Amino acid sequence: MEMIAFLINGTFVFATALIFAALGGLITERAGVINLGLEGFMVSGAFTAGVVTYYAEQAGMAGAAPWIGFLAAPIFTLLFALLHAIASVRFKANQVISGIVVNMLAASSTFFFVKLLFDGAAETPLLHNVFSKISIPVLSELPFVGVAFFSLYPVTYIAIALAIIIYFVMYRTPLGLRLRAVGEHPGSADTAGVRVNRLRFLAVLAGGMIASLGGATVTLTMNSSFTFHTISGQGFIALAAVIFGRWHPIGAFGAALFFGVAQAVKDQIQVVEAAKHIPNEIFYLLPYVLTLVVLIFTSKKSSSPAALGVPYEPGKR
Amino acid sequence: MAKLKSLMNVFRQESIWISIISIFLGLLIGAIVMLIGGYEPILAYQSMIEKIVGNPYDIGETIRSIMPLILTGLAVAVAFRGGMFNIGVEGQIVMGSIGALFVGYFLDLPPVLHAIVAIVVGAIFGGLWGMLVAWLKTSRGINEVVTCIMLNWSALYISHIVVRMFMMEEGTARSKLIQDSASIEIPFLIQWFDGARIHWGFIITMLLLVGYSFYMNKTKWGYELRAVGSSKHAAHYAGISVNKTIHRTFFISGMMGGLVGTFEILGVFKYLAIAPTTSGLGFDGIAVALLGMNTAIGILLAAALFGALMYGSQGMSFGADVPGEVIRMVVSIIIFFAAAPGMLRVLFKLRRSTRRKEVSARGNDSVSH
Repeated sequence: MEMIAFLINGTFVFATALIFAALGGLITERAGVINLGLEGFMVSGAFTAGVVTYYAEQAGMAGAAPWIGFLAAPIFTLLFALLHAIASVRFKANQVISGIVVNMLAASSTFFFVKLLFDGAAETPLLHNVFSKISIPVLSELPFVGVAFFSLYPVTYIAIALAIIIYFVMYRTPLGLRLRAVGEHPGSADTAGVRVNRLRFLAVLAGGMIASLGGATVTLTMNSSFTFHTISGQGFIALAAVIFGRWHPIGAFGAALFFGVAQAVKDQIQVVEAAKHIPNEIFYLLPYVLTLVVLIFTSKKSSSPAALGVPYEPGKR
Repeated sequence: MAKLKSLMNVFRQESIWISIISIFLGLLIGAIVMLIGGYEPILAYQSMIEKIVGNPYDIGETIRSIMPLILTGLAVAVAFRGGMFNIGVEGQIVMGSIGALFVGYFLDLPPVLHAIVAIVVGAIFGGLWGMLVAWLKTSRGINEVVTCIMLNWSALYISHIVVRMFMMEEGTARSKLIQDSASIEIPFLIQWFDGARIHWGFIITMLLLVGYSFYMNKTKWGYELRAVGSSKHAAHYAGISVNKTIHRTFFISGMMGGLVGTFEILGVFKYLAIAPTTSGLGFDGIAVALLGMNTAIGILLAAALFGALMYGSQGMSFGADVPGEVIRMVVSIIIFFAAAPGMLRVLFKLRRSTRRKEVSARGNDSVSH
């Protein structure tokens, strides 16, 4: 029983970064722009969080340092999001290639900057102040649920709140309606007075910024530093979560949690004797295979935004 | 004379200029980044060039690093021409190396035959992994971009599992070595190049490059492929089996990827390492195909450029103390501009004569998950 509580707790820890990145990807894709750059946005966020938190620490802002790093991540990542938006929305470049460029550029430039800032070191100095789990008074003392749900990193609660907010905005506000319309049928949206490409542009920026929070989460909760393998594949798992969750905020949230379980199980199962013979990689493999399986069984009724990947050109049918 | 004229005409095409300007801008921005970082860009580029052509060993190694880029460029280009997007080359490379490693390690065969069998098996492994993408696309309607990503990471972790279960070299993070009989090194060339790892894959790659051009332009299958790339509906109406063409194309594309992994195992490393990510060569192939405009000559030139840059970047950190990552930045900037030609048109007011329609317009079509 206790193990399950720890498992749930671990799931949230691993899933938090995925939730942020998946929500970022979701916004972009619902607006009709493919977002393969999630990995790059996460790298950029992880890098910014690592560097800014370090300098904030040096400046003597102990407890506030990780928060400054966390909030700096989306600001710096705006740069990469702008690249993706300019190329794929303004100049109608191939959105897949544009996303790959973001990944390549984010990876290379952040490592370059790390070496530049820290005298050729391959990783940022270890941070002394990172997020620590907060226990919500009273609730965290409850048996089982206390450990499982009420003793988590603060960013986890932010991620959960963000998922709810995005769901609300997307399905209960005019802005959300426009966003979905732009991704489903940009021509009609245009006729109805929505500025399609402007909204898509902003959606790419917002998506990139939110995804960067996922990268920052990895640095500030699990890793305490940024190096070349801090982000390796989480961005793609997040994209899988968007698809697995069928482009719905709550679905993507659930999928991110589900993939988080796979990671948490990997950590917990080491304790079980019989599991020692299973290569760890099975658990890494799981999210991708499951996503494929789900796609195979649900593909006939596609739920992706209808205009996903198609640049919008006014006047063209 | 007529030949020369047609050669000159190539430079009238806007697409050529877009490639050239992209390369120039990439190197320029790289230099600016180095300046801002307090490095000396001239010295850096100088030591890069020295690293590329400085001595026989480096020349050989430069050639060695160009080869896989030609193959991944071809892999991506074949699919592009058919209106498909193979970003699964990464995974196909891994599957190819698994196939080659299995044959190279477990089978006992006489020298030349062993290598041939390993190459064929590696290529088929890659091809089948590629065809899986095509099958999911045609039978289940799943977009290839999504499947490719899932299969890339799946292949990576499958390789870890396979290596760990069957041929782990104790105490290291890699597999056991293949047998010598499966090696495809060319000893006299290696001697020539002072130990640079030149292998028979070089010859095969060159043949495939010529074969690609021939296949595309002179064969029925190549014609069908291009027809499907132009318009699926028109091709279908003309009696071409679209699904078959898609399967075939992804098999060929995957085979090229598989060969990359095969050659790396048989000719270069002799083992498969447990790496945290895939090689990235498949993504570089997109850059090569894009910059090379999906033509054989273009791919050769683009691969030579990127391969030389990437190999030379190692020299930058020695010679000028500049982190080699700056070259990865240059490469990504080059692709960025090449992928968004509209940007250069605005910047340079180029004539709108010939459009780069192969990639910029077509890659996006039919992308719905």
